[in-house]
Amino acid sequence: MTLDSKVPSGPIEQAWQKRKFEFKLVNPANKRKYTVIVVGSGLAGASAAATLAELGYNVLCFCFQDSPRRAHSIAAQGGINAAKNYQNDGDSVFRLFYDTVKGGDFRSREPNVYRLAELSVNIIDQCVAQGVPFAREYGGLLENRSFGGAQVSRTFYARGQTGQQLLLGAYQALERQVAAGQVRMFTRHEMLDVVLADGKARGIVTRDLVTGAVESWAGHAVVLATGGYANVFHLSTNAKGCNATAIWRAHKRGALFANACFTQIHPTCIPVTGDYQSKLTLMSESLRNDGRIWVPKKKGDARKPNEIPEDERDYFLERKYPAFGNLVPRDVASRNAKTVCDDGRGVGPGGYGVYLDFSEALDRLGHAVIEERYGNLFEMYERITAEDPYRVPLRIYPASHYTMGGLWVDYNLMSTIPGLYVVGEANFSDHGANRLGASALMQGLADGYFILPYTIGDYLAGEKSGAVDTGHPAFREVESDVRGGVARLLEIQGTRSVDSFHRELGKIVWEYCGMSRTAGGLQYALGRIPELREEFWRSVRVLGTGEELNQSLERAGRVADFFELAELMCLDALERNESCGGHFREEYQTPDGEALRNDEAYSYVAAWEFRGTGNAPALHKEPLSFEYVHPSRRSYK
Amino acid sequence: MNLTLYVWRQNGPGDRGRMERYEARDISEHMSFLEMLDVVNEGLIAQGVVPIAFDHDCREGICGMCGFMVNGVAHGPQRGTTVCQLHMRHFKDGDTLYLEPWRARAFPVVRDLIVDRSAFDRIIAAGGYISVSTGSAVEANAIPVPKEKADLAMDAAACIGCGACVAMCPNASAALFTAAKISHLGLLPQGQAERDRRAIGMVLQMTRERFGQCTNMGQCEAVCPKNISIEAIARMHRDYISASATGRGGKPLRVEQPA
Repeated sequence: MTLDSKVPSGPIEQAWQKRKFEFKLVNPANKRKYTVIVVGSGLAGASAAATLAELGYNVLCFCFQDSPRRAHSIAAQGGINAAKNYQNDGDSVFRLFYDTVKGGDFRSREPNVYRLAELSVNIIDQCVAQGVPFAREYGGLLENRSFGGAQVSRTFYARGQTGQQLLLGAYQALERQVAAGQVRMFTRHEMLDVVLADGKARGIVTRDLVTGAVESWAGHAVVLATGGYANVFHLSTNAKGCNATAIWRAHKRGALFANACFTQIHPTCIPVTGDYQSKLTLMSESLRNDGRIWVPKKKGDARKPNEIPEDERDYFLERKYPAFGNLVPRDVASRNAKTVCDDGRGVGPGGYGVYLDFSEALDRLGHAVIEERYGNLFEMYERITAEDPYRVPLRIYPASHYTMGGLWVDYNLMSTIPGLYVVGEANFSDHGANRLGASALMQGLADGYFILPYTIGDYLAGEKSGAVDTGHPAFREVESDVRGGVARLLEIQGTRSVDSFHRELGKIVWEYCGMSRTAGGLQYALGRIPELREEFWRSVRVLGTGEELNQSLERAGRVADFFELAELMCLDALERNESCGGHFREEYQTPDGEALRNDEAYSYVAAWEFRGTGNAPALHKEPLSFEYVHPSRRSYK
Repeated sequence: MNLTLYVWRQNGPGDRGRMERYEARDISEHMSFLEMLDVVNEGLIAQGVVPIAFDHDCREGICGMCGFMVNGVAHGPQRGTTVCQLHMRHFKDGDTLYLEPWRARAFPVVRDLIVDRSAFDRIIAAGGYISVSTGSAVEANAIPVPKEKADLAMDAAACIGCGACVAMCPNASAALFTAAKISHLGLLPQGQAERDRRAIGMVLQMTRERFGQCTNMGQCEAVCPKNISIEAIARMHRDYISASATGRGGKPLRVEQPA
């Protein structure tokens, strides 16, 4: 199989404009004769569904939650980047493009990233017009802040709830189309498979989570906007329901899965307190702007933080990276925290935590300033830990947060299955090996509002319009597979709960395919995961029936897919014999412990083809070339 | 700590439902309330009892999916906190807790502690937006918004749509939820063009969904996990009355419940 990225030729600045002109158009009167299925209602899904409906297509939109407004985009705190240059500090489309390619450690496609930077400005216009209450200055104009160590202030934000406000904007646009009859919304429905007819995506099969009914839905094209797979780690900052089932089952039907090992660990989360822990809570990384990170110099130092004198503290980021200090990128900060904890110098219960200390900032800026900047975060921390950050340092530890990998898509966001589009975090496209802060919201909305509605039109223009139905025998086959899968989980009646398996799987993936990886560890995981998967299929206990609301059954199906995906992650990590971005292989580092890329051998997208559960997948490579941003080694010294 | 739980169990809308007693053993004070329920559920699974169904997703207080009554209070005893962010340190050994779903005619029980809140989506669909199709927006800084207005709009926009306001209201009114959206959009210059139509559409839809009327009891504000002020309800009434009195609202949108 050759992967055709369909990247436009010619100067990068004109690539998207040129491509838009090349696209075939669907006559306005004919748009209502096409049906598009959108799975997922987060930023990418809701914005795509609303925009396609505004254009006149019929849209069927599905989500597993009780309302499209619940999608996990809602939890994004920090902000959204845009190259508006309102602060007159030298930002531009080219600079945002440059920063994103470099931040991604040179493992993304240049023209995709350029388009993202170009569209970032339209997103802000659209969201403001919808009534998103972004932060403002006293003159009434939009306020910006610097985020995640960026050298310019290009981040727009709505308090610590930017994701919530952007999602509500998209959700409201979606509900407007529901009222207009252009979108039919299906909540509490989970997509369990995609249906291919004559080699093209023609529909999906869902399970109604309330009644258990397995149903088919037909469309001229299918859009997956189902988010990332960070819950493979069991403990992550993702919502409990986030899952990889839609993309994984599409993968099993022929969509290639790219760069599975590129996962992002966020450095500032509240540490684990016990085995009952169900999720990890992220604290905005803006805390690193004023907080200082340290651990005791002495191993196993049990003294309270305030009793440890200054010269017995190790401000390890400031020590190792004098230029960037506590503001080094996420992957560097996370890895260093792990190193000191593995060394026995971690703090808090279990020893997996480091201090984030505001005492110096409180002395320098005063209580009022700190409260204004971080008050809501401190409050959240206190609610969870019962510790007051104004008096004692916060304890933080890295947690799995975002996945750069996902289904492979071309420049037009189409997967290797014709008619199957993938948008937002679910695809692999724009962040390379590491995503910059405040870029996830940007990508989700760029895909949904401004890219997919054009690209899908080009595909639909080549499809016969008119009614599509679920009469094709392919639907019966897939429905029967789905029913079989559900029945199989219920028939096992074993001894162990779904969560106990998920927890055990998560620990393996976190240990061997988390912040740092080795060939030996990955090989061990590749041996252990299939064993555990087999045990799952022998001894999982799912009570209740398939014809009712059954949360254990829902989770069981998702965990079954995580098992298979975890294996691919480890294989992808093992195959990539270099360190880049979020993928750190201990064998490949510079003498002072920094990631060592190998551009000659690994400057490619690794796209995997499914060949049956338990069989080795086939690797297809899409070479990457860099004409505008020349690969250099990141240095934060 | 050890606790006694009485939990509402109801297999589906057709089932009458009943309170069941469960023991929660060895609960750590660091657990969240939902983690305590996870532990109870793991115990039930081990005994072959179908676990308690409850809605939850982000577990960080922003998605609005979780929520049930704890001893008669929506989201439990801590103010400004969803039940997923409520921690067990607020309870003590030997406590008895009664867990019940939101109770409102407009929120039928789906199973156990889970209710159907789709009426909220239909209220939004009846006008809770600014009609601006993708592509037709003007340059963002072309619409200055005074900071005070932007801050007030943000206060109202923080609503997570959990339904605690309805559950706590003796009338099961959705006034605070509806008013929060009317306030958010009505305070902004972008929202002026549809202000009358929005107020009429959303208020009528709220009534059509069989939520009760607001009689200024104020319980909604007391349990709102996002501390939304009932000032919003005053704004909603003003917009609704002025739009109805002048007839400026036009023909309201009517959103049908899907069959």
